[in-house]
Amino acid sequence: MQRIRPDLPSTDKRWKLVNATMRRNGYAGHALIEALHAVQDAFGFLDEDAMTFVADSLDLPLSKVYGVATFYHLFMLKPQGRHACVVCTGTACYIKGAGALIEGIEERFGAAPGETTEDKSLSVLTARCVGACGLAPAVVLDGNVIGKLGAEALCDRLEQEIAE
Amino acid sequence: MNLDDLEDLAAKYRADAGDHDTEVRVCLAASCQSSGAQPVFDALSAGCDDGAAAAPCKVKGVGCMGLCSAGPLVAVAAPEAALEAGVIYRDVSAADAPDILASTAPGAAPVERLRCPSDMPFFARQHKIVLQNAGIVDPNSFRGYVMAGGYAAMVQALTEMTAQDVINEVTASGLRGRGGGGYPTGLKWSTVAKMPAGQKYVICNADEGDPGAFMDRAILESDPHRVLEGMAIAAYAIGANKGYIYVRAEYPLAVERLKTAIRKAKRSGFLGNHICETQFNFDVEIRLGAGAFVCGEETALMASIEGGRGQPRPRPPYPAEYGLWGSPTLINNVETYANIAPIVSQGGDWFAGIGTDKSKGTKVFALAGTIVNTGLIEVDMGTRLRDIIFAIGGGIPDGRAFKAVQTGGPSGGCVPEAHLDMPVDYDSLKTLGTMMGSGGMIVMDETANMVDVARFFMEFCMDESCGKCVPCRAGTQQMHGLLERIAKAEASRADLELLEELCDVVQATSLCGLGQTAPNPVLSTLRYFRHEYEEKLG
Repeated sequence: MQRIRPDLPSTDKRWKLVNATMRRNGYAGHALIEALHAVQDAFGFLDEDAMTFVADSLDLPLSKVYGVATFYHLFMLKPQGRHACVVCTGTACYIKGAGALIEGIEERFGAAPGETTEDKSLSVLTARCVGACGLAPAVVLDGNVIGKLGAEALCDRLEQEIAE
Repeated sequence: MNLDDLEDLAAKYRADAGDHDTEVRVCLAASCQSSGAQPVFDALSAGCDDGAAAAPCKVKGVGCMGLCSAGPLVAVAAPEAALEAGVIYRDVSAADAPDILASTAPGAAPVERLRCPSDMPFFARQHKIVLQNAGIVDPNSFRGYVMAGGYAAMVQALTEMTAQDVINEVTASGLRGRGGGGYPTGLKWSTVAKMPAGQKYVICNADEGDPGAFMDRAILESDPHRVLEGMAIAAYAIGANKGYIYVRAEYPLAVERLKTAIRKAKRSGFLGNHICETQFNFDVEIRLGAGAFVCGEETALMASIEGGRGQPRPRPPYPAEYGLWGSPTLINNVETYANIAPIVSQGGDWFAGIGTDKSKGTKVFALAGTIVNTGLIEVDMGTRLRDIIFAIGGGIPDGRAFKAVQTGGPSGGCVPEAHLDMPVDYDSLKTLGTMMGSGGMIVMDETANMVDVARFFMEFCMDESCGKCVPCRAGTQQMHGLLERIAKAEASRADLELLEELCDVVQATSLCGLGQTAPNPVLSTLRYFRHEYEEKLG
């Protein structure tokens, strides 16, 4: 007997994107990570509603979905700021002063890695090597790699982005 | 389809491409794009269409040319000519486009102010097999790859060779796994091939997690069809019909180009059912990682493809016997697959003639850290570290002295000045207490603090430990704590002894490679820079 798929959690059109990804993978349980990527791409983070919906759609226990979502660093369980600044802390960037960038950002914006500023304008994250070692120290600001900036110049750039 | 038909197809593509004497290649790999290569490409294309170029020429987006620190890079060369045969320009901006286009006229002089000498050791001393097409073909163009001789090895294997012939060539080549372990590729293939017929899988491990390593990303961004071709040949040899590429989500451009390559290869009948009108079927799917270093370990990677937490399991059984969904599975690294097509075309004996006694062929390294020429290089196995760092890499900037080079990422170690004359191969690096790893080389100058470097890697392993086995989960935490105390000069001699003991225990008792090699950075810095630890003891 065909299992009945759950209704979309709300009329938000983004759920259709998530559903399309799961449908493309035949609602297979092994496409769970793909489904969670789709949720995060659409909403920016994974909340309980989203995880329950994915679990019901793929016929998986919620515990498994939660387990996978918390295992991988890339999945966020909290809403993120309007801008995301990912500081690379790979070896090459570390040697070229990624630590100073993190300190500089924390001093200027009051957000440590993993935190979002109070006005929700900026989330600060770290990554283990974005593969742009030639541009060390590298930062990924809203998906664009910026390299070779000092802490002062980077913070100025961030302020400029936030102001726009 | 046989090799003659493929040659006809390439000739037809060449005729369609039109007549032009020179091409202007713009590097559109991730590093150059971040330095602003896209506006340069747009300006050159617009100028070319407007007829600003003096001679018939074509502007082409290509993959990595290697010298990432000098990006955006542009090369002017004859179609399909090698990079060194052309004129290379560095730090190009969109405003330079008219000058570059004007220089393509017959007899016109190159633009000297932007010129990067193509006979400099960085380019001249490389030997490109894996990166043969990188910076030359358009990674988004299936036709470009075929025109450069692509898919000839696959067609040859499918139409003229048996599966055993292919395995024999790979075995004769002496190729060893480029992901770091160095396991003989031919042996791995024949183990999977010998398993009873039935569902088998081919996996490409593109979860390049070592910080400071970007070889696989560059290969995927520059020449994705080469990897697909290698995977298809492997599938034919072992009798698989389904492949997965597990790639880091941190590499969006590589994922995009792979998707394009798969789509175009399928549409042209070079992937999918009845490949090139033979009985061979092979389909490839991309699976995205989600930021877990441990997923580079093969059993954890398979758990992740199956949609679960990426935790490793004990081996044996090895994936060759019991892999993805319990079926025999072949897992190789991106660079390993990229070596396959030339081995099949030119023969295993040719490949075995390159490199050292036990490590054949070439190796791609990513040079980073405090070094003049950061970027990607490919050299013969057995090249001396000193040549790589000082001749090809250009040495240390700002007149500072060399201190150590770190290889093998968080599983490797540091090599000091005294051992720089060692030829690089799998075994020589092991005797130095480090390892080849996937090929990241991070150069450190005299200002680097080695205790701090060890602490950095331990913090990495602590964060990335999956938590399944106690030695790794608890051991990395304790070792990190001890290193922290040593770095702050709050430790005693007993703490250092405890650290050394813990290194032994974690190395011997951890479940997977991550834990077993986590103490390596500590052990290797202790071996060569023990005084830096002792200076900090109370």
